[in-house]
Amino acid sequence: MTQLPDGRYVDDAPYDPQASIQQLERRDLDAPNWLLIWRKFRQHKLGLYSGIFLLLSYLMLPFAGFIAPYTPNERLSEHLYAPPQSVNFFHEGAFIGPFVYPIVAEADLETFQWKFLADETRPMPLEFFCAGGSYRLAGLIESDTHLFCAPEGATLFLWGADRLGRDVFSRILYGAQLSLTVGLIGITVSFVLGISFGSVAGYFGGRIDWVINRVIEILRSLPELPLWLALSAAVPSNWGPVAVFFIISVILGILDWPGLARSVRAKFLSLREEEYVRAAEMMGASSGRVIRKHLLPNFMSHLIASATLSIPAMILGETALSFLGLGLRAPAVSWGVMLNDAQNLASIEIYPWTAIPMLPIIVVVLAFNFLGDGLRDSLDPYES
Amino acid sequence: MLILRYAIYRFATMLLTLLVVSVLVFVIINLPPGDYLSNQIAELRASGQEAGVAKAEFLRKEYALDRALWEQYMIWVGFMPGPNGFSGLIQGNFGWSFEFDQPVSEIVGESLWLTVLVNLAAVLFVYIVALPLGVLAAAKSKTWIDYTSAFVGYLGLATPNFLLALILFYYGHKYFNLPIGGLMDPAYEGQPMGWDKARSILIHLIVPTFVIGTSGASAMMQRLRANMLDELGKPYVETAIAKGMSPSRMLAKYPLRVAFNPFVADIGNLLPAMVSGSVLVSVVLGLQTIGPTLLTALKTQDQFLSAFVLMFVALLTLMGTMISDVLLVLLDPRIRYEGRDA
Repeated sequence: MTQLPDGRYVDDAPYDPQASIQQLERRDLDAPNWLLIWRKFRQHKLGLYSGIFLLLSYLMLPFAGFIAPYTPNERLSEHLYAPPQSVNFFHEGAFIGPFVYPIVAEADLETFQWKFLADETRPMPLEFFCAGGSYRLAGLIESDTHLFCAPEGATLFLWGADRLGRDVFSRILYGAQLSLTVGLIGITVSFVLGISFGSVAGYFGGRIDWVINRVIEILRSLPELPLWLALSAAVPSNWGPVAVFFIISVILGILDWPGLARSVRAKFLSLREEEYVRAAEMMGASSGRVIRKHLLPNFMSHLIASATLSIPAMILGETALSFLGLGLRAPAVSWGVMLNDAQNLASIEIYPWTAIPMLPIIVVVLAFNFLGDGLRDSLDPYES
Repeated sequence: MLILRYAIYRFATMLLTLLVVSVLVFVIINLPPGDYLSNQIAELRASGQEAGVAKAEFLRKEYALDRALWEQYMIWVGFMPGPNGFSGLIQGNFGWSFEFDQPVSEIVGESLWLTVLVNLAAVLFVYIVALPLGVLAAAKSKTWIDYTSAFVGYLGLATPNFLLALILFYYGHKYFNLPIGGLMDPAYEGQPMGWDKARSILIHLIVPTFVIGTSGASAMMQRLRANMLDELGKPYVETAIAKGMSPSRMLAKYPLRVAFNPFVADIGNLLPAMVSGSVLVSVVLGLQTIGPTLLTALKTQDQFLSAFVLMFVALLTLMGTMISDVLLVLLDPRIRYEGRDA
C-alpha cells in the first residue's frame, strides 16, 4: 500500500489483468472430460470420502458372511436381548490381545427380566479365521470360516442381541446386502423408464410430449408412500424372499422415474435445436441413434449425479415398507426388517441397541447425499 | 380477472387429474388376487356357516362386486347406476367397509379432519422454521451458523421419519412430559369440540408436527439458502450496502423478495412427501388420522376403505399443490398464466 502525492492509496501487489483468462491452460482444454471432473471432484473432500466409504461398503457386501461372527438367523436362546459387549485389550493392566468377558444370564425376579453379568475374572481371547456357521461367500462358495468369532463358552455380541438372541452386528452386515442393493435395482428401473420416456417426450415433442408430461405431473403430485404401501400389499404373501425383494425394488423404482424423466425432457428440448443434431439427422441417422449417440452422452453425468441423489429415498422407502410389515418379511434380513423389532417405545427404553440399525441407514443416506452433491458441483469443469 | 381464469383452469386440471388418479387407485386396489368377500365366503364355507355365506353373497350383490371390473369402477365413482341407483364417490357414498362392517364414511369420519390438521400444522412448521434459518444461513454463509444448520438439515433429511418419531416421543415424554401416542387425551375421544379438547389436541400435535415437518423444512431451508446466495452476489445488493442500509433491512427488502418464489412453489413439491410422512408417522405414533386405517385396510384387502383413503390422500396433495400454484401467480406477476412449466 503506497500513498500517492494526491492522498490516494494504491495497492502494490502485482496485478495481472490476464489472470482470469489464464486459469484454464491449453492442456486442460484438451484433457478428456472425465479427467477434469475427477480433478474437481477430488477437491470436494466430503464427497470424496463419502464416495470411498460407499465403495468400501458395497465391496464388503459379498464378504458379509466372512466378516460377521454369526450367521443371520443363528439363535442363541440363552442370550435373548443380551446387551452389547465390548472387546478389550488389557486385563488387569496386562496386554493380552483382543478378548471378551463371558456373560452369564440371571433372572431378575423383581422386574422379570434377564440380567446379563460379565464375568470379569476370565478374559477369553477372540479367535481368528475360525470355524462357525456355514454361509455362501458371494452367494456361491460355501464356507464356514469367519474373520473372527467368539471363543468357546463365550459370546460376542458387539452391538447386542435381539428378541430371539440373534447377533445385531452380524444381522446388520447381512441386512446391508438387501438394503443397499434395493436402491441400486430401483434406480436402474427408474433410470431406464425415466430416460426412455423423457427422451421420447423431449425429442419428438407434440402430442407424445403432452401425454408423457401429464403422466409425469400426475405421478409427481401423488404421495409416494401410500402408493408404495398399496402396491406392496398386492404382492402375494406366498412368494419367496428373493422374489419379494425384486418386486419391492421395482415398485420403488416405478414411482421414482417422473422426476428424472422431467429433467431429461428439459435437456432434450434445448439440445434438440443444436447444429450437430441437425447434421446427424441430415446424414440420415435414425432417431434412436441421434438420441443414444448424440444427445444422451451430453448429460449422462448430470443424470448420474441426480441418480445418486435419489438412491437414499429408495433406501429409506424400503426401510419404511419393511418397518410397516409390507416390505421384506421375516426370514429375509434387511435394516427395515430389523427395525421392525424396535417399533415400540418399550424396546427403545429397555433395549436401545435394537434400534442400532438406524445408524447405518443414516450414515449411508448421508454419504449418498454428500457424494451426489460433490458430483453435481464438479460436473461443469470449465466453470471456475 | 386473469387470476380468476387461471384459478378455474387450475381447478379443472385438478379434477381431471383426480379422475386419472381414481382409475389408478382402482387398478392398484384390484391387483391382488381375490378380494375380501370371496376370502370370507371361502372361509365360512370351510367352517360350514351357511348363514354367514348368505350375508356375504348379499353384500357382493349390493356392492356390485359380481360384475365386470370396468362396471365396478363406474359404479364406485358414481358414473353408472349400481344396484341402488347412482350412489358412488361423487354422490357422497364412499362404500362399505367389510372389515369393520360399517359404512366407510363412519370409520374415517373425524380422522379426515385430523389428517388435514396434522398436515396443515406440518406445512406451517416448515415455513416457520425454514424461513428464518434459510435466510440466516445465507446471510452468515461460511460461518458456524451456516455449517450447523447445514449439518442439522442433512441429518433431518437422512433420519427415517418413523425413527425420529420414536426417539422424539421417548425423550419428549421423559424430559418435557409430553403425552405419548394419540392425537388427544382418550377422555376427549368422540366428544364434541371444545376448548379443553382443542388444547389437548394442540399439545399432542407438537411431536408429530416436528417429525413430519423436519425433512421438508431442511429441504426448503437448503433451497432458500441457495437462492439467497445467488441473489446476494448481485450488484443491487452491493448498491444497497454502499448507500448504507442496515443489513437486516437490506435483506428483507431486496434479495428475500426475489428468493421467495420457490418458497411458495416448493410446497407443491414437498406436499406429497409430507403427506407420505404423515401416514407413516401416524402408524408409528398411533395418531387417529387415516394412516393406520389405510394400513389395516390394505392388509385385509378391504377394498372400498383403502380406495377411499388413497383417494382422499391424493385429493389432499392435489388441493395443496393447486393452492400453492395460485398463490404463486398472485405473488409473482411474471409467471405465465397458462400452466407452469418449472
